[in-house]
This record gives sequence, structure tokens and C-alpha cells, in this order.
Amino acid sequence: MESVTDLTVRQIGRTAGIVMQRPVEVTAASDIGRDLGVDSLTLMNIVMELEDVFELSIPLDRLADVETVGDLAALINELRARA
Amino acid sequence: MGLLDKHKDYSQRYQAIRDAGADPFNVRFEAVISPTEGVVNGRPTVLLGTNNYLGLTFDESCIEASSAAVHAHGTGTTGSRIANGSFGGHLELESAIAKFYGRQHAMTFTTGYQANLGIMSTLVGRGDHLFLDADSHASLYDGARLGHAEVIRFRHNDPEDLYKRLKRLKGQPGNRLIVTEGIYSMLGDAAPLKEFAEVKREMGAYLLVDEAHSLGVLGEKGRGLAEAQGVEADVDVIVGTFSKSLGAIGGFCVSDMDDFEVMRVVCRPYMFTASLPPSVVASTLQALKVIEQQPGLRHKLTSNAQRLYDGLKAMGLQVGPECSPIVAVTIPDQPRAIAVWKALLEKGVYLNLALPPATPDARPLLRSSISAAHTEAQLDRVIAAFAEVSEEFGLVNEPLQRATA
Repeated sequence: MESVTDLTVRQIGRTAGIVMQRPVEVTAASDIGRDLGVDSLTLMNIVMELEDVFELSIPLDRLADVETVGDLAALINELRARA
Repeated sequence: MGLLDKHKDYSQRYQAIRDAGADPFNVRFEAVISPTEGVVNGRPTVLLGTNNYLGLTFDESCIEASSAAVHAHGTGTTGSRIANGSFGGHLELESAIAKFYGRQHAMTFTTGYQANLGIMSTLVGRGDHLFLDADSHASLYDGARLGHAEVIRFRHNDPEDLYKRLKRLKGQPGNRLIVTEGIYSMLGDAAPLKEFAEVKREMGAYLLVDEAHSLGVLGEKGRGLAEAQGVEADVDVIVGTFSKSLGAIGGFCVSDMDDFEVMRVVCRPYMFTASLPPSVVASTLQALKVIEQQPGLRHKLTSNAQRLYDGLKAMGLQVGPECSPIVAVTIPDQPRAIAVWKALLEKGVYLNLALPPATPDARPLLRSSISAAHTEAQLDRVIAAFAEVSEEFGLVNEPLQRATA
């Protein structure tokens, strides 16, 4: 069985693929900027989609500490737990 | 590891643009002769990328006011207003701006960028929520980062999307501030302020509108989009700049909020920078009078904008969704955008090249800003130059449909 984090990581990959209009392979260790080639604007667009997917608010100020897909998944899971 | 190594990616991308034979971020004007004419590489050039909407940079009355002020009060204030005090002109300008907008309070800043940094970081703080239109100007994003509010983006010009995101916060404490612009600087599209105002009222939020590109451009009195759409009463805070239609530099904020004056001792981008020099204050004051006294400038601007917008659209080029003094043409890819920009410059037309991620939909733009000072002959020259590059670079697939009128 996949853990919650794995599922979130997979969803991030799917959403990134939709926003970037190309298939995106991700693992929790993927560096969002370096490995996925996501610039700051694209990251914000991905986050906006993820807010709709998970029905939650992901404040942009929280992205300062996000470097990897795993970081983003952890943030989303934390915010979901709080909601 | 050098300090600048982290910017290597940008550095390589910039070099690639320069290798393509253009440096759109470093254009040098050998001379600027009028609001609409300059000299670039020894060539007379139509200026179509200067945000000089009313052409007031060379207005005789503004130049005279500015020149008299520099003689009377010196070249600079050499410090901030909280430390060095205010000059009479600062107070006069603030009361003129407040009166122009029919508001109780006005505050001026040294640049428009600083106005946004200051206002965004001070109006909301820890525990508050900032709702930012996705296409907001960099200064609004930077201001949002400088404060400690939680920042949520909503889809560009989409009141439904804003509503949905506000609703997600239901029950959470803290103020909500919605931030939009009047006219967006890249595509020239205007915000649906009426609908935003409805959302604001229903959700008990505050509304801020940045009228940087719409002051002097929209509305019967030239106050901007909120005036044009009849929603000024719903807009709690207006910010703007002196550097576009008013032809100088500086920023401002107006509001009717009680206790607004506390901003002067808590708003750091206001407090810790030198204030506007007397010459700038004087020309801005005069430019405000010109806006009020000469509504004809605004009408000329509108008809000039329509002329260029219609001309480019008829050619089959992809222009923005509505006509405004910003006319942007979307170019399919970056190499062509750079080449077309360069070719236009060589034909004596200067406009802005905007590249992703600074553009809304990840595609490059050739962005024009029209001025009331443009002549019809200049605009026709621009349209002719576009027709040539459009053919040369295959910007239009369909056969050209020319307006016969």
C-alpha cells in the first residue's frame, strides 16, 4: 500500500505534467528547480492547481522552504491534516 | 563557488539572447527628442514602449514648474521625510492627489515599486490573508513577500476563482485583502472590478487596486478603472505611480481608512528612503492639473490606441483581448520574438520585448504602449513596419485580411 506521502508525490507529478504540458517523472527527492526545470512562476501555477485538487489553501510564503517534491508533499500533507 | 553562480542559468539564457544579435534589456537611446521620438544606433526611432501615455514628459508647463522648483528648492531632499522633514511640495502633492481621488488620505513614495512594497507589507501582517491576482506586477509579489501575511494567488481576472479561494478560508481569523490592477501591464486587459467588488462585499474583505497603468487613461476624470467602472466606493485603497501618465517618477497611495496616517511611522519603504526631489514633485503637481484641464489628451490616447490595435488585428496578428493603451502582440516562440523585435528596431520602431516568465501565458510578447502624443502618421509607420516583419517572419498563417476602410 502506498503511503499518503507517495500518493501526494504522485499527484504533484501529475499536476506538474498538466501545467507544463509534458510528462514529468518525479520522486520525493526530485529537486523542483534543478531536476524538473520548474521556474518560480510555473511552481506557483502548479501550486494553484494543487490547491484545487486537494481543496485547500497553500500560502505562497510557505514555499520558501520547499526545494524538493518531497518538501512540497510534506507541506500539503501538513496543511491537509490541519484543515 | 562564486557568489553569482546561482544565477548561472539566467546568465546563460541572457547570453543566448545576446548571441542572437539583440540586447532588448539594454537599449541605449542616443537622444530622446520628444515623448514619441528618439535616436537609436543613429536612427530616428518611434518610441512605442515608454508608458508615456499622455506624452507629458515634454509638456511645457510641467518642464517650467520643474525647472522653477529646482532653482527655488535645490536638486534633492538628501533624506527621508521622517528624518529630514517634508518640503512644502510634498504636502501640496499629497493633498492634490487626495483631492484628485476624492479621498481623505494620500501618501507619496519615491517610486511606484516602493509604494507597492510599502503598502502590501504594511496593510496586512501575520495572521492576515492576501489574495493576489496571478498576473500581478512583480512589485506586488515582492511587497507580499516583504510582509508576513499568508499569500494566496487567484486566477487572473477571475472573480469566481477568487470567491472559491476566499471560501476555503472560512472560519479562519485575520483580515482579507484582495489585490488587483486596473490595466495589466503585459496584455493591457482590465480587471472586472464590479464583480471583484461584489465578492469583496460578500466575503467581508478589503480591496486594493493598483491603477499604475490606468491613472490618466481611464474614467471621465482620469482616475482610472475604479472610476470607469463606477466602483470607487468599494475600493478601499488605490496605489499608483507618477512615472507613466504623469511623466515623472514616484508612487502614491490614497484611502479613506481611519488612522491611515499611522502608515508614516510603520511603513518602512516610506520611512527609510530619501523623499522625492522638488523638481519631480513640481512637475507631478502640474501634470495632475494638466490631466484635469485637458481631457482631450485622454480621448486622443484612446483613438490612437484603437488605430494601432485595429491595424495589427486586421493584419491577423494575435493581439490582447481588448483595446487599451497597451497593445501586445503574442509571438509563437522566443527566437522569432527576438528577431522580430530587432527587425522592428532596425526599421525605427522601439517597443518592449517581454519574455517568459514575465509574460502571462509562457509565450513571448511584443508590447507597445501608445501615447496621446503619437501622430497618426507615426502609428501608420508602425503598422507598416509590423506588416513587413509579419511577412518576413511568417507571423500570420492565414492570408492577410486588410481593413479596407
